[in-house]
Amino acid sequence: MRPFLFDAATTPGEAIQAAQGWSGSPESRVHFLAGGTTLIDLMKLDVMRPGHVIDINALGASDLGRIAVGEGGLWMGALVRMAEAAEHPHINRDFPAIAQSLQLAASQQIRNMATLGGNVLQRTRCPYFRDVSYRQCNKRAPGSGCAALDGFNRSHAVLGTSDQCIATYPGDLAQALIALDVVVEIAGPRGVHRIPFADLHREPEDTPEIESVIRPGELLISFFVPAKAWARRSVFLKVRDRESYEFALASAVVALDLDQGVVRDVRIALGGVATVPWRATAAEAALRGKALDDVTKDAAAQAAFADAQAHEHNAFKIELGKRTLRRAIEQAAAMEI
Amino acid sequence: MRDEVRDEVRDDDCQSGLSRHAHSRRNFLMVTASTAVAPTIGRALTAEAAPAPARRIEPREPLGLTLEINSRDHRVVLDARTTLLDALRDHLGLTGSKKGCDHGQCGACTVLVGGRRVLACLTLAASVQGRSVTTIEGLSGAQGELHPMQQAFIDHDAFQCGYCTPGQIMSAIGCVNEGHAESDAAIREYMSGNLCRCGAYPNIVAAVNQAKSSAPI
Repeated sequence: MRPFLFDAATTPGEAIQAAQGWSGSPESRVHFLAGGTTLIDLMKLDVMRPGHVIDINALGASDLGRIAVGEGGLWMGALVRMAEAAEHPHINRDFPAIAQSLQLAASQQIRNMATLGGNVLQRTRCPYFRDVSYRQCNKRAPGSGCAALDGFNRSHAVLGTSDQCIATYPGDLAQALIALDVVVEIAGPRGVHRIPFADLHREPEDTPEIESVIRPGELLISFFVPAKAWARRSVFLKVRDRESYEFALASAVVALDLDQGVVRDVRIALGGVATVPWRATAAEAALRGKALDDVTKDAAAQAAFADAQAHEHNAFKIELGKRTLRRAIEQAAAMEI
Repeated sequence: MRDEVRDEVRDDDCQSGLSRHAHSRRNFLMVTASTAVAPTIGRALTAEAAPAPARRIEPREPLGLTLEINSRDHRVVLDARTTLLDALRDHLGLTGSKKGCDHGQCGACTVLVGGRRVLACLTLAASVQGRSVTTIEGLSGAQGELHPMQQAFIDHDAFQCGYCTPGQIMSAIGCVNEGHAESDAAIREYMSGNLCRCGAYPNIVAAVNQAKSSAPI
């Protein structure tokens, strides 16, 4: 691990202020440290090389470490630990996809450490990104190429890829948040602004090294989940190589507002198959206003993967993703709420 | 266990650059949250927007830290890069916590911080100042009597080589205290972050089942 300056902030303002004016190179810029389960790991691997680390764990003692419930919806501070949100009774009852996505992610030790903010910003598990002995990785070394394109790409994405990067977005929570129309609050030196969660992550395109719209020195501070009709009938389904403690090969979030078997409204997101948290709007359109039957469920699955592009070892993810989505739709429809 | 470790520390090493420049604050422009349930985060969002304070410019300058391990304070001077696991093993002589993968994948380094099980290999020592850390060395009683979970692992032969065992035991205590040991299936799921290459898993489940009745553990 390379040397870095270490500071600890006690308020969001202190953290943001401390992160300003750092004149290091882009790769050695300031990083906030919360749970550390991504950052410390990647610093040990020499993949991330911050020149200045600002510990923000003390912010968890403020509202940023709290969950608040109101009639309009759910507010979660970015410093809330995964384990706390996973077991929150209100989240389990009214936003089950969020709770399930957290319960099925990582291990309990990691869920006790990792924060919601850090979770949604976690880096890819692409082995060519994580291993610096591979020279080619456009995400790690822009312009160097992508070793995964012609490498072992079984775990890689089939949606949202570019000819520069096919690394899969690894998280689970983000799929629940993008499906449930969450709003993200970001604090920076010029104040706080809000964006839809759907705008938080950036597809790789020609700049895979830029993964989110959060700029250096800005801090993700909270999530607001609106209490919409479909939130309560929501499921997160995860398919993986192991029963526990494994990243998704394919996952689906389905949130349904059903009126006597007819889909009044629906939200669908896919994980394990895309470069970013993936909202499947075409699949939603295929279901909206329709009765849920084999034809419409198939149409939704086909629509979700219509633009999928496979590489040598990951074509199976297209069929697996369709079946995962179909099953998630059926599970959501069968929920007793 | 080794006696309390004390090292010489310079006072200014104990303060972060932030706290030393707390006088240069002024209010930070913020937009109040409009959502009805948003707490008043404004109080938390006051900041200094004055010119950035001068910082230490030598990252290799060691940090003076006070770590509370097994209810004893230890004063240490560490490179900022030192993980809690390396601080325990290499600086405090507490080698019970094991280094398996060193990347948060195997659970051998599991310790309790603030009563919750975490991975010491992915935790910076500097991040746990002011928080209580419990390691396998801190479990036994004043007369050396074993913790019920330690005894249960012996009773059920819940290990072979023993390398993962301290992490398994710390994790198992966390598992019971969290209320996640109500069934064999729950124990397996909530212990999945602790790998055992000898495959003692059925015996580990049996040990957790035995120890969970001896509350509080």
